[in-house]
Amino acid sequence: MSPMPFEDLESAYETLATAIDSAGPEQEAMFLTRLALLLSNELGDIAVFRSAIQAALEGLE
Amino acid sequence: MPHPPGEKYLPMYNLQQQYIEQFLHDAVAACDLIDMRWQSELTGIECHANGVSLGVSSPDGDYRCNADYVLAADGARSPVRSMLGLRLKGENYEGRYVIADIRMDHDFPTERRAFFEPSGNPGGTVLIHRQPDDIWRVDYQLKEGESEEDALREEDIRARVSAILADIGHTKPWELEWWSIYSANTLCLDDYRHGRVFFVGDAAHIVPIFGVRGLNNGLADAHNIGWKLGLVLKGEAEDRLLGSYSPERRGATLDVFANATKSTRFMTPPTRGWRLAREAALSLSLKHEFPRSLANPRQMQPYTYAGSPLSPYPHRDADFAAGPISGSASPNAKLDDGTYLLDLAGDGMTAILFCDGPANTEQATLLGQLHQCDKRLVTLLIRRQGSSSGAGIADRNGEIASIFGAQPGALYLLRPDLHVAGRWKAIVPDEILRTANICLGRPSS
Repeated sequence: MSPMPFEDLESAYETLATAIDSAGPEQEAMFLTRLALLLSNELGDIAVFRSAIQAALEGLE
Repeated sequence: MPHPPGEKYLPMYNLQQQYIEQFLHDAVAACDLIDMRWQSELTGIECHANGVSLGVSSPDGDYRCNADYVLAADGARSPVRSMLGLRLKGENYEGRYVIADIRMDHDFPTERRAFFEPSGNPGGTVLIHRQPDDIWRVDYQLKEGESEEDALREEDIRARVSAILADIGHTKPWELEWWSIYSANTLCLDDYRHGRVFFVGDAAHIVPIFGVRGLNNGLADAHNIGWKLGLVLKGEAEDRLLGSYSPERRGATLDVFANATKSTRFMTPPTRGWRLAREAALSLSLKHEFPRSLANPRQMQPYTYAGSPLSPYPHRDADFAAGPISGSASPNAKLDDGTYLLDLAGDGMTAILFCDGPANTEQATLLGQLHQCDKRLVTLLIRRQGSSSGAGIADRNGEIASIFGAQPGALYLLRPDLHVAGRWKAIVPDEILRTANICLGRPSS
């Protein structure tokens, strides 16, 4: 998979930040979990999804 | 920062304001066209159809001064703006920063560093960059609800700066030189022209400080109105040319706002969503390359006057696969003798014609007509590598043609400020002459 162009990455960042605010503090964990499940389905590759989950877990404080 | 080999100037020079003021003052003092009047205050302004009348108060008495045009470069609190009843419109952003200039001996590299929530300033952002003469600028974000009065007490500033310096491992002495406070604003006038008054710099727009945009945009405004007004005052261009100042420079301001809003949201996240997104991006940046560019403060770039009234044929850009588009600042190219292509441009329009040999009849006729239209016109013939020798600039390794994405037969028309007015893959005399006329404010049939 090729990396996203910077403009698209930036757009993804902004859309995500705004969506977290729309979900609100009570629902943000549910929103993010649903988002991750949807993306795993779009991705269609369990190995890539597992490695992304691992990368996201690493370095959590 | 990227630095194409053909460019004469480095992508960034860090000059403190006092140096810029000194250089500007030296240039003004050397010019007998400019009369510098200190200790003079504007007390009134009246706009008429044919001129502007100014009231001036000075230690030698009060007097009136009549002018054809006025450039109001009188700063963020512009008295001219208030006297004319005009208001800046836009937004204020969350987040206030203290900026402190300190003198210290430190071997930190010459670049800007951003620290997000460092232990020296818990909960806030810190920026540090080097300036000339061992001066370092430290910007630190204040906490929500912190009082400005407390934050600006000298002992408070000394304590905060000490904590930040301890964080970067500086234990040697340092001196506090100057400090101030700011918050990010994006405010501008609806129109930078009010009859015969033109607003320049902070009088026209307040831009967020991240990305060295304030003074740079003021200078770009002055550059833009300067050549236009110069030609009008000399009778070489008509007044209508001045109508392009506001669309071009206000367009630049809005572009700055869009970029600055992005930087500001990263430097000072306004809500929980933006804070979480930033924390995620920053923590991922420790191991991954891809999110790092999100922290880029987007330094100011020369603005492309896309859609400018002075570039009436932007659809011709589609005929080029590369090179600068209509409205953009022309790139430069290094010549064999060590000088640069744009050193050869004049103070009027410049036509750059790419060719295989001498100009053909049709091209020569057009260049003659262009010269009649603008007596300052400079023509640069760029001869393709391997073409027969003759007049013009030999493009031995094809570098100039490649920078401009040009094949033989292509023509670029540059404005006096070296922005591209238009470009044609093969000459279209009517369009090129019309563009030149529009750039001189003349009626174009």
